[in-house]
Amino acid sequence: MRRWLAAAVLGLSLAGVAHAAIDTYQFADDAERERYHDLTKELRCPKCQNQDIADSNAPIAADLRREIFRMLGEGKSNQQIIDFMVDRYGDFVRYKPALTARTWLLWFGPGVLLLGGVVVLAVIVRKRRTPVINGTADLSPEERERLAKLLEKEQTHD
Amino acid sequence: MKRWIMVLPLAVFLLVAVFLYRGLYLDPAELPSAMIGKPFPSFSLPAVEGEKTLTQADLLGKPALVNVWGTWCVSCRVEHPVLNKLAEQGVLIYGVNYKDDNAAALKWLKDFHNPYQLNIRDEQGTLGLDLGVYGAPETFLIDAKGIIRHKFVGVVDETVWREQLAALYQGLVDEVRP
Repeated sequence: MRRWLAAAVLGLSLAGVAHAAIDTYQFADDAERERYHDLTKELRCPKCQNQDIADSNAPIAADLRREIFRMLGEGKSNQQIIDFMVDRYGDFVRYKPALTARTWLLWFGPGVLLLGGVVVLAVIVRKRRTPVINGTADLSPEERERLAKLLEKEQTHD
Repeated sequence: MKRWIMVLPLAVFLLVAVFLYRGLYLDPAELPSAMIGKPFPSFSLPAVEGEKTLTQADLLGKPALVNVWGTWCVSCRVEHPVLNKLAEQGVLIYGVNYKDDNAAALKWLKDFHNPYQLNIRDEQGTLGLDLGVYGAPETFLIDAKGIIRHKFVGVVDETVWREQLAALYQGLVDEVRP
């Protein structure tokens, strides 16, 4: 039993390691390491569709990681590094694309759709409610009399 | 309730259907290149054959194909006979031997014939990185001034050449002639 447990624990601990590519880089300080992690998480591997370059084992992702490490060592800012990648690989490499005229729909499209849905919902709800609220308000006196009679009849039935 | 509201769900459905139908025929592996319209990146790298150092200036003067290849790349082997044929027809092709072992590259050129006018030895992949290469084969079309005008990702076969690249290349050639 204990052996099985140990095996399970070991197996689970491996699972965490399995999805991150392993490189050995020596960083100057923790801040630089942190920036390296942020950048490799934010940049997308051009070869592998939907993996960031931190996760990917594709050769191109390894090259880009090395390039990021090199540029960090040269004291480049995060923006400079991202610009370097976008210059070569296009907006595709960014998981957070810059806000431009072309990406406007991407950023605000979901919000606009949600807002549209809320408006449609509000209109429908209002329309349904209206007849209930002024149900008897716009009846003529004759109609009201008829309604009262009908209701009375209903009650005597019971 | 207005009548047109009843048609709205159908309209939305049709709109989504059009987008999804279009999506069926898009290849997500094909990225739009960020390099179109930019000059060929500057480089200074040795040639695959001989000791000569090549720079971007060596690619100027005539429109050409710049083909990124490697002996490790299986599809490049499929592409190679087509390049040979194009070279025979007089198409100017430059090679970028991308992240490769030079001895293997030399053997490849000897065994399969060499369609390249010049072959740049990019062992570290630095030029490939500057070109935004993310695999091989990739083929760039550059004009006489060394501006990148088109990029094709994947194997250039006869169909691709005939239907996509030939006209573009001819257009660049015609540009040079006044």
